[in-house]
Amino acid sequence: MLFTESLLFFRSVSPVRFLTDREWTPLFSDKQFGILTLVSGTVLTSAIALAVATPLGLLIAVYLSEYASPTARRWVKPSLEFLAGVPTVVYGYFALFFVTPLLQRFVPGLEPFNALSAGLVMGFMILPMVASLSEDALYAVPTSLRDGAYALGFTRLQAMLKIVFPAALSGISAAIMLALSRAVGETMIVSIAAGQQPTLTLNPLVGVETLTAFIVQVSLGDTPHGTLEYHTIFVVGLTLFLMTLVLNSIALWLRERFRSVYA
Amino acid sequence: MSETRGFERGGADPLLRLQASSSSRWWKEWAFQALALLAILVSMVVLLALIIDVFRDGLPRLNAGFLTSFPSRRAEEAGIKSALVGSLYLMLLTGLISGPVGVGAALYLEEYAPVNRFTRLIELNIANLAGVPSVVYGLLGLEVFVRAMRLERSLLAGALTMSLLILPIIIIASREALRAVPMSIRHGAFALGATRWEVVTRSVLPLALPGILTGLILGFSRAIGETAPLITIGALTFIAFLPENPLSPFTVLPIQSFNWISRPQEAFHANAAAAIIVLLGMLVTLNALAIWLRIRFQHRMVG
Repeated sequence: MLFTESLLFFRSVSPVRFLTDREWTPLFSDKQFGILTLVSGTVLTSAIALAVATPLGLLIAVYLSEYASPTARRWVKPSLEFLAGVPTVVYGYFALFFVTPLLQRFVPGLEPFNALSAGLVMGFMILPMVASLSEDALYAVPTSLRDGAYALGFTRLQAMLKIVFPAALSGISAAIMLALSRAVGETMIVSIAAGQQPTLTLNPLVGVETLTAFIVQVSLGDTPHGTLEYHTIFVVGLTLFLMTLVLNSIALWLRERFRSVYA
Repeated sequence: MSETRGFERGGADPLLRLQASSSSRWWKEWAFQALALLAILVSMVVLLALIIDVFRDGLPRLNAGFLTSFPSRRAEEAGIKSALVGSLYLMLLTGLISGPVGVGAALYLEEYAPVNRFTRLIELNIANLAGVPSVVYGLLGLEVFVRAMRLERSLLAGALTMSLLILPIIIIASREALRAVPMSIRHGAFALGATRWEVVTRSVLPLALPGILTGLILGFSRAIGETAPLITIGALTFIAFLPENPLSPFTVLPIQSFNWISRPQEAFHANAAAAIIVLLGMLVTLNALAIWLRIRFQHRMVG
């Protein structure tokens, strides 16, 4: 059943596939952008999100798996789950009406719509994913490895950094890849807070348009079936799908590798 | 997670600290813990800021009139009646579609399917489908349900799209619940001469039910907050009436919020915040239900 679903999916996209070969033709040129413009917006916001989520997420994962008391776990984990469950339209509201005005006080020249606050908020959206998947990876490292390290006189931090963390690295990388794929596919935060001006830039202070935001922008208008605009959202959707597919496949492969070591 | 974990590793702590205290190692250990606690603190502060921000903006607008009015051009008269009812109907339809299909698929994969290359392929597909961005599901829904099946921008088209989106979640969670039922229970039932159908419906399903329900609720709470796929199928329109049947056009809470957020006037932003409070309230209720089921489940497995 799910096999046919994915077949259906490819059937709906493949008529458009030939259009990807000529993405520089009137399809885009009369709207004055190429796919790279949208990709740069997506890469920029996702990179900011990852820069937030990776250090914070890993610290939280290490703390929860190696240090936290049961009481602390009982409080922190549900809060993280709640953070993960907040609808993305709510994060968008938060980014546009709270984070951006706050940042504008410190960052001169920050536009009302910008990649920075969208990326920052998106980082907190994917943080629970990094934290909980990395914690699973750390937990899966056999206790005997830790005991061995302690027996050699390692402190907990040393055991963590030199033994447990390297052992869990492929599992942790998988977690980061999955979170990145989530950020690339995230739609509402970037449509609301990052703006809809396609600009080929890596400057986080100005507005950008991501692949996903473009799909929303076109969908908001009443686009007639079969027109050029109608096709573009499928081309953009396919690009998006392929990007996330690559990231997810890397993540699955890494996780498989991790499991095969400690199964 | 098991509670003994923290205890076991916590148990080694005094010894380690004693050992390390003579050198700078203790300081590093302390600094790292402080850093980790800071990371947790930062996340909690962001979560709190988000909640406080939304409540500060939206609470003054939240009254009985807001819940029972239709959207309007004038912000002060606008309400979420059609969005609230739309969200509830969408949930109901999505549940009716994705529940049986998802649980059925999980039952087949866990209890019936042989382990071969084909089922491996299906499993890989489900894992990959769970990672597909929701907006891509919206494109799929637009092409298949809205265009090919000519459902237009109806409640049914929205529910079908949402069902596709949450099916992987439901299937994965249900399979885990089924896998948690001990094999000995199946063997016992088979030994008494039960058919596979009897084993599944009378022995396995009742035990796995709380776990399956938790998975269903988590899937629904994902669906209730999703906006992007519904925008893609074209559900963002001005709806000042209640849907009459599954083929009626509709609006839902996240979409109504998004609509209000994208307007320039401040007054509409307050409306968006108020709608978000209602949405968060529904989510908290669903999650509380899931937690309650989980606790019940644990008790039954122990006792």
